[in-house]
Amino acid sequence: MVEAATAQQRRDARFGFFQTFMRATEIDTRLLGMIIALAVIWVGFHFQSGGVFLTPRNLWNLSVQTSTVAVMATGMVLVIVSRNIDLSVGSLMGFLGMVMGAVQARFIPLPEYLGLGFDQPYTWIVTLAVGMALGAAIGALHGTIIAFFEIPAFIVTLGGLLIWRGAAWWVASGQTIAPLDSTFQLLGGGAHGSIGATMSWIVGGLICVGIIATIISGRSQRRRFQFPLRPLWAEFVLVGVGCAAVLGAVAVVNSYPWPVGIARRYAEANNIPWPEGGLIIPTGIAIPVLIAIGVAMVMTFIANRTRFGRYVFALGGNPEAAELGGINTRWVIVKIFIVMGILCAISAAIATARLNASTNALGVLTELYVIAAAVIGGSSFAGGIGTVPGAILGALIMQSLQSGMVLMRIDAPMQNIVVGIVLVLAVGLDTIYRRRAT
Amino acid sequence: MAPDQTPLVEMRNIFVSFGGVHAVEDATVDLYPGEVVGLVGGNGAGKSTMMKVLSGAYRPDSGEIYVDGKLATIHNPRDAKALGIETIYQTLALADNVDAPANLFLGREILTRWGTLDDIAMEAATRKVMGRLNPLFKGFKTPVKALSGGQRQTVAIARAIHFNARILIMDEPTAALGPAETAQVRDLIKQLKKEGIGIFLISHEIRDVFDLADRITVMKTARMVGTVNKDDVNEDEVLGMIIGGTLPKTAPVTNAYVEAHP
Repeated sequence: MVEAATAQQRRDARFGFFQTFMRATEIDTRLLGMIIALAVIWVGFHFQSGGVFLTPRNLWNLSVQTSTVAVMATGMVLVIVSRNIDLSVGSLMGFLGMVMGAVQARFIPLPEYLGLGFDQPYTWIVTLAVGMALGAAIGALHGTIIAFFEIPAFIVTLGGLLIWRGAAWWVASGQTIAPLDSTFQLLGGGAHGSIGATMSWIVGGLICVGIIATIISGRSQRRRFQFPLRPLWAEFVLVGVGCAAVLGAVAVVNSYPWPVGIARRYAEANNIPWPEGGLIIPTGIAIPVLIAIGVAMVMTFIANRTRFGRYVFALGGNPEAAELGGINTRWVIVKIFIVMGILCAISAAIATARLNASTNALGVLTELYVIAAAVIGGSSFAGGIGTVPGAILGALIMQSLQSGMVLMRIDAPMQNIVVGIVLVLAVGLDTIYRRRAT
Repeated sequence: MAPDQTPLVEMRNIFVSFGGVHAVEDATVDLYPGEVVGLVGGNGAGKSTMMKVLSGAYRPDSGEIYVDGKLATIHNPRDAKALGIETIYQTLALADNVDAPANLFLGREILTRWGTLDDIAMEAATRKVMGRLNPLFKGFKTPVKALSGGQRQTVAIARAIHFNARILIMDEPTAALGPAETAQVRDLIKQLKKEGIGIFLISHEIRDVFDLADRITVMKTARMVGTVNKDDVNEDEVLGMIIGGTLPKTAPVTNAYVEAHP
């Protein structure tokens, strides 16, 4: 043990500071590369757009805009890791959005259906439950056709792309359903759909506690089996950087005040005298962002800590080996698509709530952004490789590009060209990096 | 082998065909505890197919498998493993993108009391079994893709012996190995044999088979040529069985196929 340690130190001494740091902290170099790329994009846009990119307002908006794609991208990681593809997520999101709109604004309240009236306290939760159940059922259908009838996922979900887009139209014969339930709307963010300064600090604090607890439990687990531990300074660096990032993000969204119009209406409704410099109410973390964070944590847990997650990766790495290992690979694939369907419902809820309307055009071309986010985030179509945090970062990069180009007043066709080039470039760089690494 | 002993495994009258082509035609083999049976034959003779039936990867069209004298139903690899039948495949059947512990426990993960993966416990167990097979092995955290051929083979062997196998199927276990590692595998086979494990050894290397096997079963074009005791024959006679299907003149041969189809 002692000899091994000195050998390790000697080897460390030969490498530079960077390698020592990366080895000690066990940070994924790919992930670090993506964070650096994101930083470059942000700083670049900040200067190019005349200093409006890195403002609390823009960053808050960016966080809300990213959440829809980020939620679905976490599921797309599992789909792509298992050597499949899901082209139907945009259409499925549109269809589920229409169904959820119809449930909350027609089926529950209107007298010709259930007649329970508008804005009931249970409306949003019933709506969400129906959406998620339907999403799971449709995902199960896709998965069953792919796994048991052995029709390629590309074809099944290409069919799904057409079918669910058409079905979205049929739900209300092409009409837009609006307005939506007042509680349901909060899922989409906005000033009211955010949790304010105090709650944001509490959430941030809890995440920090979670980071510390994870590091401590990992350390004690490794000690239990007498495995080599990370150096203590590396643990402190990880905790420090993690907590600083979390609390910094909270500080940013808390320094974004409610828009003047909303604040004035709020003041009038609550008989608050309008102060001289305007009423400053910190917005805090938006509810959709909170949902996306929750989904990301659950999906990371599923991917890394459960048997199902392990099987998804094993089956993506070598389907034959997974089968010979006694894994029921067909059932694993069905479950992957069920998860994807549920995530489509969550994204649909966020997107319709944000618009305060269900339209049958919701989610057109979103599947491509979701796939791009997963792929930029390191998921490989060869199977077996991909991470949930990577996909979230991928979604953030895609959304940052788009948002930055809007701020720079670049027109839509040019935006598409840039996003397309970045996608190919990112995957190209990644391929070269991987070839070197192995 | 003592004739009064119950065979560990008996595969009787196995038929397997793929789209009208017979891969195995009425083949019968048996295996006793602590015995190594070498299964030899040219390419496409049906030996790998026969063993895949036993490991649950293929389902035979007809035929019976007895384990400990009792009729066994093996529909999938899980059934086979439940009976203590472990296989080291020629292709190794490793998931290249995950690490050695994940491969070792693939399909049989150790869980914590909350039902999550206990990676630390799996790594500890892997260190233990790998320490026995290859004390120099270090890559416990790297995807097995990054390991050498010999190390990958060791992972596949570790997976087979870790779960207290009673019947071990080894399909070309030394094909990817250098001389030192081959010697290691030979020692391992001898050790496992002493522990009373029955081993089916598929190999192209006649020399390997003669060194390790107690009996040799020869297959040719999907059929059994016959089974001989290693001590009764020489290499030329076995080669004659493999290439020409000719039986040795002096040595006793058991062959259920010939008996059933006079």
